[in-house]
Amino acid sequence: MAKVLMKGNEAIGEAAIRAGCLNYFGYPITPQSEIAEYLSRRMPEVNGMFLQAESEVAASYMIFGASAAGERVFTTSSSPGISLMGEAISYCAAAQCPAVFVNIMRGGPGLGGILPSQGDYFQATKGGGHGDYHLLVMAPNSVQEAVEMVMKAFPLAEKYRNPVIILGDGLIGQMMEPVEFPDYLVSKPSDKSSWATTGMDTRNTTQRNLVRSLYLVGNSLEDNNRCLLAKYEQMKKEEIQCADYNIDSDYEALIVSYGTMSRVCRTAIDLMKKEGIEVGMVRPQTLYPYPDKIVQKAAWKPSCRVVTSMELSMGQMVEDVERVVQGKRPVTWFGVAGGIVPAPEEIVDEMKRVLRAHQS
Amino acid sequence: MARVFQKPKSLTSTHTHYCPGCTHGVVHRLIAETIDELGIQGKTVGIAPVGCAVLAYHYFDCDFQEAAHGRAPAMATGIKRVRPDLFVFTYQGDGDLASIGMGEIIHAANRGEKFTTIFVNNTVYGMTGGQMAPTTMPNQKTTTSPSGRDTDSCGMPIKVAELISALQTPAYITRQTVIKPKYIIKAKKAIKKAFEYQLAGTCFSLVEIVSTCPTNWGRTPLESIKWTEDVLLPYYQLGDCKTPDA
Repeated sequence: MAKVLMKGNEAIGEAAIRAGCLNYFGYPITPQSEIAEYLSRRMPEVNGMFLQAESEVAASYMIFGASAAGERVFTTSSSPGISLMGEAISYCAAAQCPAVFVNIMRGGPGLGGILPSQGDYFQATKGGGHGDYHLLVMAPNSVQEAVEMVMKAFPLAEKYRNPVIILGDGLIGQMMEPVEFPDYLVSKPSDKSSWATTGMDTRNTTQRNLVRSLYLVGNSLEDNNRCLLAKYEQMKKEEIQCADYNIDSDYEALIVSYGTMSRVCRTAIDLMKKEGIEVGMVRPQTLYPYPDKIVQKAAWKPSCRVVTSMELSMGQMVEDVERVVQGKRPVTWFGVAGGIVPAPEEIVDEMKRVLRAHQS
Repeated sequence: MARVFQKPKSLTSTHTHYCPGCTHGVVHRLIAETIDELGIQGKTVGIAPVGCAVLAYHYFDCDFQEAAHGRAPAMATGIKRVRPDLFVFTYQGDGDLASIGMGEIIHAANRGEKFTTIFVNNTVYGMTGGQMAPTTMPNQKTTTSPSGRDTDSCGMPIKVAELISALQTPAYITRQTVIKPKYIIKAKKAIKKAFEYQLAGTCFSLVEIVSTCPTNWGRTPLESIKWTEDVLLPYYQLGDCKTPDA
């Protein structure tokens, strides 16, 4: 299929449809409202369902209800809205309901701003809602990658019966890039008859299905927690995705960065190369499960003196970088927030400063 | 010998956890009888609330989902929008529906979502131990209004059926009770009518059922019935608030 020029938000909406998800519940919030606007036009064309909910809280429970009824569903929001959805996301995880959430992050905390940010890393990877659970978290750094991650998200959510979140940022949502919707990522919904409340007649059975998250008796809650844990362990084995840049050079420093920030870093690495400074980069595409081994191996390369986490936040992913580097290299952090995306030259200056501070 | 009375097919054989004198069991039975009579057990999905009826799915023999506190109408919306062929009802108490879930019920009603809400109003948070609810009566003592509900600081109890009837969209809004057989017969008719409206594709219906909570009211079951008649029913007046034809 030929490439088309699309705005990130619209491409995300279209990707879900192409992936076979014809149900969307959402609530407007900048900088992702174009997804809802696009789908309000597009869903009727494909006999899909679009509903604007009264709040992010309600939208996320519509997702929960529809998913529990066995249908593919998704919603999109931005940071403050995702906070409101945190409750339902926790319930979806507990009740093992597949659903896809997209967070086009904006600056925070509070109302923050409407410009790009990566301030929800902790929320997406470490929690967000209450209780012991994880989401499968994917972070695109281009509109094309956002499309592909959205299309992959639905079968992954069904494989694990767990919510998947696409962690983009305002730039991914707002910029236009050429995209294509690969046919090989079109997937059929999984068979949900063993658990979903599709109606007993639909399943031709007298055995009812219950979707719930309350476990009062004995060890039943612990059992559910262990069941969830086993899925997260399986994700760690099977779902880690990570890209790299200039990783075959004898780099003196390693950048770890994801999403929009990694695009800036790539340009900065090119600029430094022209000056004879080799810097490599690993770019986690899944933030949970985190590519522990890949980051660790790249950080421990003999030529590498220092590792820097580059983020559009005040230092969140750096904690994972520190965790996997295990003190064997100095780990620094450089971040910009408040909706500002740094210029490549700022990254170059920072890396030069870091390398000076960590002479061989 | 012909059996003239038995457990509805749509109820399981599980013993309920409800307290003596509580009317949840009667309401469950009326719903199950109606499901049986309409022959819709196999296409029904119920939504349990947070509150005393959180375990309702142990008692109804049909597909069930368990909502977070107050969110049942949003979940029902989700189901009905993606599976309009299913029959969906929410079962909610007054803390669930009239307090934390007021936003969800109002908007589901106003959109005319094609599901049915059974709203059991016993004027207190039962499961958490008898705290004040939006429907608690003036001067009614609860564990969070030990001197009685002070309407100066807490306002007057919310009349949910009337409130939702102020919206133009909803089809059928009624208030019933099940404290005596004569009321039970009417409540059953109301539930059946509401269910039939959903099956006919008529939009949102709500049946409010004024109910008892002897445990948290500190009254015997018989005293609770009397108190309901003397105090609750004059305020929460029974009857249809809104019908599709009106």
